[in-house]
Amino acid sequence: MAVEVRIPTILRPYTGGEKVVTAEGASLQELIANLDATYAGIGERLVDESGLRRFVNVYLNDEDVRFLDGLATEVTEGDSVTILPAVAGG
Amino acid sequence: MRFDSLLDSVGHTPLVGLPTLSPSPDVRLWAKLEDRNPTGSVKDRAALAMITKAEKDGLLHPGSTLLEPTSGNTGIALAMVAKQRGYKLICVMPENTSSERAQLLRMWGAEIIYSPAAGGSNEAVRVAKEIGKQNPDWVMLYQYGNEANALAHYETTGPELLADLPTITHFVAGLGTTGTLMGAGRYLREAKPDVQIVAAEPRYGELVYGLRNLEEGFVPELYDESVLTSRFSVGPRDAVRRTRELLDKEGIFAGISTGAILHAALGLAAKAEKKGEAADIAFIVCDGGWKYLSTGAYEGTLEEAEAALEGQLWA
Repeated sequence: MAVEVRIPTILRPYTGGEKVVTAEGASLQELIANLDATYAGIGERLVDESGLRRFVNVYLNDEDVRFLDGLATEVTEGDSVTILPAVAGG
Repeated sequence: MRFDSLLDSVGHTPLVGLPTLSPSPDVRLWAKLEDRNPTGSVKDRAALAMITKAEKDGLLHPGSTLLEPTSGNTGIALAMVAKQRGYKLICVMPENTSSERAQLLRMWGAEIIYSPAAGGSNEAVRVAKEIGKQNPDWVMLYQYGNEANALAHYETTGPELLADLPTITHFVAGLGTTGTLMGAGRYLREAKPDVQIVAAEPRYGELVYGLRNLEEGFVPELYDESVLTSRFSVGPRDAVRRTRELLDKEGIFAGISTGAILHAALGLAAKAEKKGEAADIAFIVCDGGWKYLSTGAYEGTLEEAEAALEGQLWA
């Protein structure tokens, strides 16, 4: 079950500069664990004990996962996951 | 309609149906034309409310200087109100914003201090806070954390929407300071507990996310996740495509952030239609397209427009 994950500039040192990587898992949590197994250290930049870090936004097919099931959000083959830092607008 | 002054005319904007883009008579889209405000954007509501509140709180005196981080519309709105009320305005604006915004700011008498493009509005906020520390006499209304921003929408935008569309099922707006969604969202939720409050957030090019570390990320103090039902990230290609569609199908000439909002609204409409549910989906037209003509979003193919917007703060 391969899912495409878009990595923001700031985390690319972990992926050897790759912008888009693939990871496996049935949920976002599994996906992040799988990412961390391949790219050691990236996991703790994304989550802490309480869940997704405050300044990290993760989108499943463009929808913010905090309004889906958070880390328990199911992912399926062909989905696209985008990770972005929180930025200001206005 | 007659008003005593330009400032008295802020708000009371039309809500217009979109007969062509609405999927069926049961699933309807409605555009709230905030470009009909005095400086042409939804931000006039927040600017007027924040300055009026600061006056009531005794923070402003004739000749006071205001300092504000802004990517454009809030600054332009504040500049207009400040000029009417006799204050000076200094805006901290990212350098990767359209030239029209700087021209308009200067016309209304504001001074501009540019912040670096990398990091976008986060940088503008950081730079403005630094400058504020060195100039304690200046008043920073700080749109990202000023309750009067959200309150303006609780007291005006929300009630206007409900009065014009009592059957509203969804409200969709852009997510910047979060003031529109928090204020109008809270009002609508109180009146109609089942209403869906949906955020459309612009997804910029990589330059804008060029932070040095994740701890430099920014979440506006006004933001309360519990007000929202869902939140979508919309890239420049979809935003431009929908901006053009809105003009082509319904005759409405809007800015690019409105295209992002329409994209989310159309997604909700398609979902309701598929489920066979009736829906009245209202969304915000933040501003007209005039200020963005120089960005290249309105000419050429979608690919060309997307390439032209790369690295720009288009919303």
